[in-house]
Amino acid sequence: MRLVIALLSGLILGLGLIVSGMTNPAKVIGFLDLFGAWDPSLMLVMGSAIPLTFFAFRYLQQKQTTLLNEELHLPGTRQIDLPLIIGSLLFGIGWALAGYCPGPALVSLGLGSVDMVYFVLAMLIGMKAVDLVRKS
Amino acid sequence: MIDWTSFTPGSAIIGGLLIGVAASLLALFNGRIAGISGIVGALFHWKSAPQEHLPWRILFILGLLLSGWVYQLFFTLPEISSKSSMTILIVAGLLVGIGTRLGSGCTSGHGVCGLGRLSFRSLVATISFMMAGFIACYFFLHGGIL
Repeated sequence: MRLVIALLSGLILGLGLIVSGMTNPAKVIGFLDLFGAWDPSLMLVMGSAIPLTFFAFRYLQQKQTTLLNEELHLPGTRQIDLPLIIGSLLFGIGWALAGYCPGPALVSLGLGSVDMVYFVLAMLIGMKAVDLVRKS
Repeated sequence: MIDWTSFTPGSAIIGGLLIGVAASLLALFNGRIAGISGIVGALFHWKSAPQEHLPWRILFILGLLLSGWVYQLFFTLPEISSKSSMTILIVAGLLVGIGTRLGSGCTSGHGVCGLGRLSFRSLVATISFMMAGFIACYFFLHGGIL
């Protein structure tokens, strides 16, 4: 059951990214071009997704288990630290540079985009590099 | 200036609702955050608890990879226009990889899930990457950097 949900969730998330226009870098960059010709569409993507997750998480916070009565694995970190902010700033710059965040990159990779082979490989190397530096 | 000709509220809202449904499903049934960078990044740590972490993460990513193909069965894929060179794609990929791992999340984990959980940490992260995105975009598009 949990595995079917995981597959379904990834699939629906990918469909949502395609429908919303987030898999099109030109659309993403149109949204990030706040000081130019700004396309506010992606504001509505978050604006319509968040109310749904809000109710889901509120329900889970009250129930303290999943619908299958299993343990929750939600992050407990509350700390606002430098890695959080510096990491997010670097991510924002990378996002604006090519118009891809991780989800749309994987969706496009699945469609056979050669561009995304470079991007996703570089992304994995970047993630691994942070793990290695943190470990040492 | 708002570019109304590019504004697509209908598809943005439908897409957003689908993303919300997907993230809610994973939270309600599996008790997990649908944060793509987190799900991918944790694959590197599969050895610590393979049975617990590996299968669902792989299936979730498989769902993402297959979504374009499933979409194609019913609709024509929307336009994808990217002008980035290989070098730009690699630099962008590195920044996104380092940034999301260091910052513990991306648009899905901090944006869609974190803000839905009213997490202050995710709010700080989301404001940081949005602001960085707006400012970087300004320099890339209008500052003659690229």
